[in-house]
This record gives sequence, structure tokens and C-alpha cells, in this order.
Amino acid sequence: MNGARMNTASNTATPPLVRLRGIEKRFVQPVDLAGRIANLLGARNRERVVHAVDGVDLDIQAGEVIGVVGESGCGKSTLGRIVAGINPPSDGEVRYQDQDVTGMNGKQRRAFELGVQMIFQNPMASLNPRMRVLDIIGEAPVVHGMVPAAQKAAYVGDLMRQVGLDPEYAQRYPHQFSGGQRQRIGIARALALKPRLIVCDEAVAALDVSIQAQVLNLFAALRREHDLTYLFISHNLGVVGHISDRVVIMYLGRIVESAPTDLIFSRPNHPYTEALLAELPQLDARQRAYQPIKGELPSPLAPPSGCTFHPRCPYAMPRCSVEVPALKTLADGHTSACHRNDMAPEPSLNRPPP
Amino acid sequence: MAITETAHAQDSSAAPVLEVRGLKTHFFTHGGAVKAVDGVDLQVRAGEILGLVGESGSGKSITGFSIIGLIDPPGRIVEGNIRYLGEELVGAGEQRLRALRGKQVAMIFQDPMMTLNPVLRVDTQMVEAIQAHERCSDAAARARARDALARVGIPSPQERLLAYPHQLSGGMRQRVAIAIAMLNRPRLIIADEPTTALDVTIQAQILYEVQKLCRETGTALIWITHDLAVVSGLADSISVMYAGRVVESGRTASVVQDPAHPYTRGLIDSIPTRATHGTQLRQIPGMTPSLLHLPQGCAFRPRCAHATDACLQVPQVSQRHDGGTLRCWNPLA
Repeated sequence: MNGARMNTASNTATPPLVRLRGIEKRFVQPVDLAGRIANLLGARNRERVVHAVDGVDLDIQAGEVIGVVGESGCGKSTLGRIVAGINPPSDGEVRYQDQDVTGMNGKQRRAFELGVQMIFQNPMASLNPRMRVLDIIGEAPVVHGMVPAAQKAAYVGDLMRQVGLDPEYAQRYPHQFSGGQRQRIGIARALALKPRLIVCDEAVAALDVSIQAQVLNLFAALRREHDLTYLFISHNLGVVGHISDRVVIMYLGRIVESAPTDLIFSRPNHPYTEALLAELPQLDARQRAYQPIKGELPSPLAPPSGCTFHPRCPYAMPRCSVEVPALKTLADGHTSACHRNDMAPEPSLNRPPP
Repeated sequence: MAITETAHAQDSSAAPVLEVRGLKTHFFTHGGAVKAVDGVDLQVRAGEILGLVGESGSGKSITGFSIIGLIDPPGRIVEGNIRYLGEELVGAGEQRLRALRGKQVAMIFQDPMMTLNPVLRVDTQMVEAIQAHERCSDAAARARARDALARVGIPSPQERLLAYPHQLSGGMRQRVAIAIAMLNRPRLIIADEPTTALDVTIQAQILYEVQKLCRETGTALIWITHDLAVVSGLADSISVMYAGRVVESGRTASVVQDPAHPYTRGLIDSIPTRATHGTQLRQIPGMTPSLLHLPQGCAFRPRCAHATDACLQVPQVSQRHDGGTLRCWNPLA
């Protein structure tokens, strides 16, 4: 894992595997018929726009594991789907192996779509209940000509062994497996296309602790064997701290902080990161007094002005409600979007106690 | 009512609010008897928080449902005692249970969207919960409902009273469910994975409010969860369940720092943190057994690194050196 981290630190030589620049995703709910009729009579119904992702820049280096953390509604899943090519961005550029995705020819496009696979949170919802495991895992590689149809069973059997499933079960249906086993089927399906990058969207969130540990170990082992890159999306900072080389914190569609894992835990810069870390439940022999972040996650339909975190921020200044803070580099690989960084010379070291 | 009065008079160190002894809840299915709960002992005192920890299928939720009398056929409590302030609840009439439920013993479920009525406003549901148990004017009941919402940290409670559940966020809904559970100042609350579906920040808010409520009102709380990390910062004592039995219990600090059962140890080692970064987690091999085909003897035996021939017999309950209980033939030193 150290090799991957060094790679991140000195990334100037090789272009990143995936490069996102100014990614925006807006979901628009148009005014319905009743609303339009009401508008004719003078009502002011407007279309409702959710800015799910609002200007995200991210480089994913080959071989690294990036953890994306945020509360529900912060746009982390939408970002994952954009990277996986499931949803196109409304604005901005996705580059895969230094090629703009929108300008790709057929062959390049196919390499992108096969090279980036996704594992979903709920395996019961993402596996076709009427297909046998053999076909769930084996269909895509056969269709794409990676494996001759005659060798499908052997290929699937090998994949099942790699993810810790008995190949005897290839003829079974998803409902005949436990939750942890189903997640392994989802992993095998993603692996079947020999991807470079796997987007894991809350891939272990639904699993029991002991099964979650098994699947996390599996992710680490597969990464070593297949030289994989992960974009690991999770709300659980414990899981992310365990598996990631670099952590990206999102809040309401924007990246607020990004740093190597050690740095984000030892010297968090953004107040939101601080608050998330403070609330991370830890195995603790002492009873602790929980001190929640005040307020709720604002509705993405009407995000606050300026820094979107300012209504909940203990350090908020007048400037925060007016001006959107830019992501600034604090140290090598550590960026944060907070106005307080403009004030103190060494913001991450000399901070006033909260 | 008399029971409540005496309970108020009692000191918190006195008799437990709830005492469960040898509880067995089995489900008689076509495939055979499923021993979901198979000999569980628990007790909680006033103002105390008990963490009931286990993975899916360990019987932790069924234990909660058994206490509040929500076991439907083919399930049945086949053995054991559930004593609420000394009163036996196993075999108690439906009418008596109805009087207790929501009044003295309340339950909070995992998914508030399933437990709140989607077609009724919050105030309707809350007023109903009050008036089901006592004569109370609408205005007084509404005032109490508003205060309960304010107590669980809901901003502008007066307006939220008029909202329907779908108009509230997940965290807000769960807080409404908790407010409803607190409405009649119950002596005991059973919370079944109430924060599992919520974000960390919302979870912290709810933990904060629950902690405060227990301290202030002396309510006893059973917090059912699969997450040892959540409960370690919250509970006074912990009971770890595996395949229908409590395998280890004791004060939180001693169970977490000094686990004696290999399963508890395994659970603790399975928690990923920043400290485990780059290393392999010490996982528990295998998976939780089907309750229909439990292994002979100790149910954890096939997954346990310390198993011996002795484990083919069901381990008896023994005392931990610091007062907790343990079900293991080969406890960790």
C-alpha cells in the first residue's frame, strides 16, 4: 500500500487513471402540467433543481484507494456513478487514461466502460433474482468476447473461488445466498471484466461486522492480486480509514477536504471533517458524552449561500455566508475549502480549541 | 398505576426494572423448531442502559419483541420468566400487555417509516398515544406532544406537529418515534437498532438525546445493535448474543477491554478503524449458522479457534472474574 501512496505524492509523471474536472450534476424536476396551468394564471412555479454534485475536481491515480465520505445527500453516490459512466455529468470533464470520455471512439469507450466497474450497496437489489450465479458473473465477459462461451463455467468457477465462494453454487439463484455471499457475487461480477477501477458504493454498509471484516480483507487481497484501484464510497469513517490511501470529504455536492488518510485523521483542517471525526463511534471502555453537530443537513434543493456548512459551523464568520471558499492546498496532497485558512499562517497546527 | 408510583419511590440501585431469566422463544416452522432465543438472562435497572449486541440472526430483536409481548405464531415463548418491576409478563393477558405497552414499556424500531402511520399527521399520532392511556384534554395532550418533540431536539416543534411523516427527514422521523416512545414517561424503553439507518451526525444527536433522557428521567433502556462501537460509548453494561444465547455479559468497560469469549474478541477485532489501516483485519471465519441447523454444543464452535471436544456440550453460564457472565468452556485468559 505504501507504493500506492508514494505514487499519489509524486503524481506529476503519469497521468491519473481517471481525472475529473469541474464535474457538475444537476437533477431537474420540470414544472408539471398543473403547475404550468397555474403559471398561466399568475402562479410562480419554477422547475426544481438539485445540485447533486457541484464542481468537483478529483484525480484517481492507478493503484490507489480513495475513500469518499459524506452524509446522505452529499452527492457521493452520484459522483461514483459519474465515474463509473452510469450517469453522464451535466457539466465538466471526465478523462479516462488521459482521454476525454465524451470524445472517445468506440474502442476507447468500450475500454472505459469495461475498465470501470461498480459494486453496489444492496446486493439483493443489484443482482437479477431470476438469473443463476453462473450467468450473473459470466454473461458480460462472454458478451464482450473476453471469454469463449464454452469456457464460461470454468472462468466463473475461478472467479468464485477468488472471492471465497464455492464454485459448486454456480447454478444457484441470489436468494439462496446470505447477505455476505451475495456481496461476494457482486464483487465477482465486477472482477469478471478485468477492470482497472472499481467504484464501491457503500459496498460493506449492509453487512454484519464479522462479515464486513471478511469482505474488507477480500477487497485488500484482490487489490494486491489484480492491481486494482478503488473509489470507496462510504459514510463510515472507520471503514474508510481502514482501506483508503486518501480520503475525500464531501458536503452538499462539494469536496471540502482531501488528504492522505493519516493526515485527515491526525490533522483535519475543515470544521466539518473535525465534527465527523468527533462523532465517529469508537470502541471505548469509557462512556462518552455525545456532542452532536448542531442543525441538520440542509436540503440540497435550497443549499445555504457561501460556504454550505456555515449554518452548522462553530467557527462561522460573516464572510462564510457570502463567499464560497475555494479548495486550497495546505500541504503536499492536503487540500481544504475553508476561509479560516486565509487567516492563520499555519491553520492546521495553531487552531483555537473548539 | 400503583406499580409506577412505587417504582418512582424506589432508588435506582434497588430491584431491577426488568429481569429476564432463561427466556426461550422458539418458532415452530415447517422446517422444524427455530430456536431464535434459547435461554437468555438479562436485567436492567432504572436509569441504566444495557447494550444487547449481536449479528443478524443472533436473536437480539426477538428478545426485544418477547419482552414487549410481540411474538406472533408460529413463534411462542416456550420457557422462562420476564419480570417487569416484579410482575411476570410471560403468560400475561393481552389486556394487561396493552396497558403496559406504550405506557410503561415502549419500543423504538429500526425504520421509523414503517412504524409511523404515513397518512396521519404527527400530532394525531402523538395525541392518540397519550389518550390511549389516560384521560387528557386535546389541548393538554398537544402541549405534551410539543414538549416531547422539543425534548428530542426537533427545531420548531409546533410546526412539526402538523407535518406528515414523509415531510420529515430520516433523522427527524426517528426522533419523532423516540418522542412518541418517551411521551408517557415509560420506565423501560427497548430500542431496536434505532440509529442503524442514519448518518453518523444524526446518530450522534440521537445518542446524545437518549443519554440525556435516561439520566434525567431514570428510564431504563435496552439498546439492541450489531455495532459494538456505538454501544461501547453509550451503555453501562453489555450482553453479547450469538445464535440465541447470551455468550458474554458484564460492565461495558470490562467486556470491551477484557473480553473472555472468543466471539466477543472476534467482534472487537473485526471493527475497521484508522489504526488497522494497511493491515488485515482479524476476521471470524465462516458465517453465522442457520438457526434450523445449529451445531451441536456451543454454536460458535465451528468458527472458534479455541474449540476443543468439551465444546460439543452446551457451555453452562459461569461468572466472569469481575461479576459478568460467560458461556464458554475455554475462555480467553
